[in-house]
Amino acid sequence: MTLADDVLAGDRRALARVLTLVERAAPEAREILAALYSATGRAHLVGITGAPGAGKSTLINALAAQLRASGDTVAVLAIDPSSVFSRGAVLGDRIRMQDLVHDAGAFVRSMASRGAVGGVARASAAAIDVLDAAGFDRVLIETVGVGQSELDIAALVHTVVLVEAPGLGDEVQAIKAGVLEIADIVVLNKGDLPHADIALRTLTLALSLAQPAAGAAAWQPRLQRTDALSKHGIEGLRAALDAHRTHAREGTRWAEQQAVRAKAALVSELREQLYTSFMEQLPPAQLAEIVAAIAARTRDPYSTARHLLAAHS
Amino acid sequence: MSRSQLRVLIAKPGLDGHDRGAKVIARALRDAGMEVIYTGLRQTPDMIVEAALQEDVDAVGLSVLSGAHNVLVPAVLQALQARGLGDVPVFVGGIIPEDDAAALRAQGVSAVFGPGTSTSEIIRVMESVVADRPPVN
Repeated sequence: MTLADDVLAGDRRALARVLTLVERAAPEAREILAALYSATGRAHLVGITGAPGAGKSTLINALAAQLRASGDTVAVLAIDPSSVFSRGAVLGDRIRMQDLVHDAGAFVRSMASRGAVGGVARASAAAIDVLDAAGFDRVLIETVGVGQSELDIAALVHTVVLVEAPGLGDEVQAIKAGVLEIADIVVLNKGDLPHADIALRTLTLALSLAQPAAGAAAWQPRLQRTDALSKHGIEGLRAALDAHRTHAREGTRWAEQQAVRAKAALVSELREQLYTSFMEQLPPAQLAEIVAAIAARTRDPYSTARHLLAAHS
Repeated sequence: MSRSQLRVLIAKPGLDGHDRGAKVIARALRDAGMEVIYTGLRQTPDMIVEAALQEDVDAVGLSVLSGAHNVLVPAVLQALQARGLGDVPVFVGGIIPEDDAAALRAQGVSAVFGPGTSTSEIIRVMESVVADRPPVN
């Protein structure tokens, strides 16, 4: 049995091990991902994004429990930021996900962003594929706490859930370009707080101002009020997720998303493999000499790169 | 690729609510370049071991200030063994009498850190213990 076979057979330790190899871009990771690829494409991939402290982790805990109650298995990939100084990270999302610990149908993995700035990590796409291949019905991806423009999650998932909380801004904030544009479902969490009614009206207004997308079959973003701690509104959120999944599958969204991810995966692999094979053929001494010449302004990086590539092929 | 970063689980087993020490350690390990998974208060040994398995950590750090270390730490070690994770190094921090610390080390704990241990000493010991581990496949 290979590690990939173990993952497909539902071995949780093998799954955890493969996620580490993929995250470290270990030499054997590519072969494992290749073996798993045909088993991917089944899971409903859901991105959960929003500002730090909006309640993403707590909401995932409640939502995953709700999904488990309806019989779906659930994997969570929770991403937190890495330090730009030490490269270290404190990954604390599990603290809020205690309801999932003892559930054999749930799996939670923390991931550091490792310098990526789009709200997810460089290895997130591959990690999602591994969890998908492992057979989970839903994969919930929690982004780093985001500001206004970390939108990378939209290319990775079928459904984007944006978590808002009362007190985060007025209606002008809500009509700005950015993260609200990629949301399929907007959650107003902490819906029990004093200013929740005002925030709900603000968001309703902002969503109503959105130009209806072309075609009668376009999805209109849904707004759901929740209080994740007391688990209020979670059933409504699950219903909205299911409605969006049905909409995506019956329309073009699901297939489009698969195509977008397939292309992104191929392009990034090509880039990686071309670069690696090119650099392997360039002796370090020659590279150092060229770099010194460029630094001394006797050569320029643009035509040098073109010449090197021409000589390579 | 770059040298792989250590992934460490920091957990507080049992019922004491004093987590300042665990947070100081989590922060210090972060600043030493490690990825620290912090699971919060009031964890059972089984919860800690399940988290260690899912997160595929290189080491587990337990913070115990309740005096129940002679019960909780062996329970974590046994649960790790039972799940096939007996090779994951376990570190203990807290108020542990020297006799108890020796007994815990004899049961398989890699190191016990008492009050006053500097964070740089903790980092040095953890890095050297993890580096001595045979590579896992």
